[in-house]
Amino acid sequence: MKIRAQIGMVLNLDKCIGCHTCSVTCKNVWTSRDGVEYAWFNNVETKPGVGYPKEWENQDKWKGGWVRRSDGKLEPRQGSRLKILSNIFANPNLPSIDEYYEPFTYDYEHLQNAPEMITPPTARPVSVVTGKKMDKIEWGPNWEDDLGGEFSKRSKDALFEGIQKEMYSAFENTFMMYLPRLCEHCLNPACVASCPSGSIYKREDDGIVLIDQDKCRGWRMCVSGCPYKKIYYNWTTGKAEKCIFCYPRIEAGQPTVCSETCVGRIRYLGVLLYDADKIEAAASVEDPKSLYEAQLGVFLDPNAPEIIAEAKKQGIPDAWLTAAQKSPVYKMAMEWKVAFPLHPEYRTLPMVWYIPPLSPIQSALENGLIGENGIIPDVKDLRIPIRYLANLLTAGKEEPVVKALETMVAMRRYMRKKSVEKVSDAATLKGTHLKPLQVEEMYRVMAIANYEDRFVIPTTHKEMVENTFDDKASCGFSFGNGCSSGATDHSLFGKKKATPIVFHDLRRDRKANAGQ
Amino acid sequence: MNTLHQFLFGVYPYIALSIFLLGSLVRFDREQYSWKSESSQLLHRGSLRLGNILFHIGIIGLFFGHMVGLLTPVAVWDALGVAHSFKQVFAMTAGGIMGTLCLIGVLILLQRRFGNDRLAVNSTWRDKLVMVWILLTLLLGLSTIFVSAGHLDGHEMVLLMTWAQHIITLRGDAASYIAGASIVFKMHLFMGMSLFLIFPFTRLVHVWSGFAAVGYLGRAWQLVRPRA
Repeated sequence: MKIRAQIGMVLNLDKCIGCHTCSVTCKNVWTSRDGVEYAWFNNVETKPGVGYPKEWENQDKWKGGWVRRSDGKLEPRQGSRLKILSNIFANPNLPSIDEYYEPFTYDYEHLQNAPEMITPPTARPVSVVTGKKMDKIEWGPNWEDDLGGEFSKRSKDALFEGIQKEMYSAFENTFMMYLPRLCEHCLNPACVASCPSGSIYKREDDGIVLIDQDKCRGWRMCVSGCPYKKIYYNWTTGKAEKCIFCYPRIEAGQPTVCSETCVGRIRYLGVLLYDADKIEAAASVEDPKSLYEAQLGVFLDPNAPEIIAEAKKQGIPDAWLTAAQKSPVYKMAMEWKVAFPLHPEYRTLPMVWYIPPLSPIQSALENGLIGENGIIPDVKDLRIPIRYLANLLTAGKEEPVVKALETMVAMRRYMRKKSVEKVSDAATLKGTHLKPLQVEEMYRVMAIANYEDRFVIPTTHKEMVENTFDDKASCGFSFGNGCSSGATDHSLFGKKKATPIVFHDLRRDRKANAGQ
Repeated sequence: MNTLHQFLFGVYPYIALSIFLLGSLVRFDREQYSWKSESSQLLHRGSLRLGNILFHIGIIGLFFGHMVGLLTPVAVWDALGVAHSFKQVFAMTAGGIMGTLCLIGVLILLQRRFGNDRLAVNSTWRDKLVMVWILLTLLLGLSTIFVSAGHLDGHEMVLLMTWAQHIITLRGDAASYIAGASIVFKMHLFMGMSLFLIFPFTRLVHVWSGFAAVGYLGRAWQLVRPRA
């Protein structure tokens, strides 16, 4: 048994209001730079929709994730090592920037500088890639927001697999939900496996998957290897970039920026202990529908004395074990079984999990469509088809999703009775695996969601890996080359490449900015 | 055989090789962040797949062809019983095929780079220099085939091999062997050596990494690193 710890995340889709605060704060902190204007380490998609980049879930098209070969071994869907290496000159599975969107800004200056005209001046869109005016913006980072666009377009959504989707084109039957997405920091990452230069790695201590910017050579196999399309190629630096799970904050015991700023309090961060020796077997299970359970089998019970003893022996710090015992992520995934991995069928064993949305069921409850007995007697009554959620979270297996929704409804029923009628009625929990005390804890963590219940993050024991005295007066976060920006303005080896125009409201020319 | 000739073919090779090796080392050590293939595929695919694969097959073939052809001692070929004339014709044919593949590739890539708005705007002068330099070197190299066709006895080829081997083995008399070579050969040699000279200052450094990437074939799928 090889015990490792990871900071995992759970997103409670039941409470996501699609406000994009997570995306915007993340962008402001991490990707407001040249070459990654088009990249959103965190984005929020409206589902149904083709998403960002277009149709990222269609692995027949993009070849992301893993496939199980007939001999039971896994290999990346984009091919064996030899095939990946032979595609190094031109990656046939790489989405072009237009699949994300052509980054643009507006000619704001014209509003101030325009001469007297008959018609009022307009700020025309300008492509950041070419620096030229664009006639029309064809696609954007969130083009399908709140079901924007025709049904025929968004119905290409891969989650409609096995669903007669035509009936959902009618206005009365339409449904939607939000899906915030970031790097999954997988246990079995396909990006790591796809990188010919070995620049991507998973951190042993906290499970964060990072790209060594110095070692990345821009072969771009990780971009196509990742089934979530959460690795982005920076077209000015020629290096791949991805969500870093705000590791400088995590190391200091702070939540990621997206979690910290979430106004709906939908994000949870906590420690999960897992057995690294079980990863390969769990990811190679034959039936994709068993992958969710297989991944649960990789996680270790932080309260079991033998696990605690073994973890200590293997050098997991005490603070991390305590955090694992209090982990909201462990509770939601393992104890209450309300959180699920995103697309387990990609065989990546993702570590950012999702609680399916219940809200549309609530209206069915109020309208009397759903009876008291089975709690959710007929899945046809649900606004969002169960199969749709199952395609997202359990490779199409509906039972675990139904159980989770039942659990959440039961929690509401129990707490409603408790707060309105002042009665703790265990009978309302019939048909679930929950006990009253558990439900009250669930209510505290999921409904009240106080800061300290959402984020249980132990600080990194930096002193165990380095002499922090040497860190005094050193530079902070930087890209390569210690304190330099990677390439100085004038260097023998080329100057720092920039975009044709500046993305923000500054002009490239510093003198012009100073008004000279 | 004058001072310029002695400089270009007796001294310049060492300057080019030194800058190539030391420059690569310094850049690898000091500016790793700038070390990359500089792919433009994200911005515009176009005919990249056709052009780039042809180009790379051609240029890798040419590289190894030159290495084996120039640096294998004559005695080895003689011991193997390979006639000089046969070797020359073989080199002309193989070089011609690889050179043509490379030429088609580089022309497609040039058309792609200069014909597309996004790429034209975002290409640095170094990117353009490399492509044009390779094109010129290649055209000169292909032209030598016609010069060679005039004397198929393998004699001039052996002189060129001797030159290269004397350079590598640090014998001072290398330049004298090719004093009588055609100007086309000399220009091709100069352009070729200069390609090594500009190598560390351009995206060409990715060639080192391309060869290093072969190690991927024997690597484990997953990489886990302790925080350090």
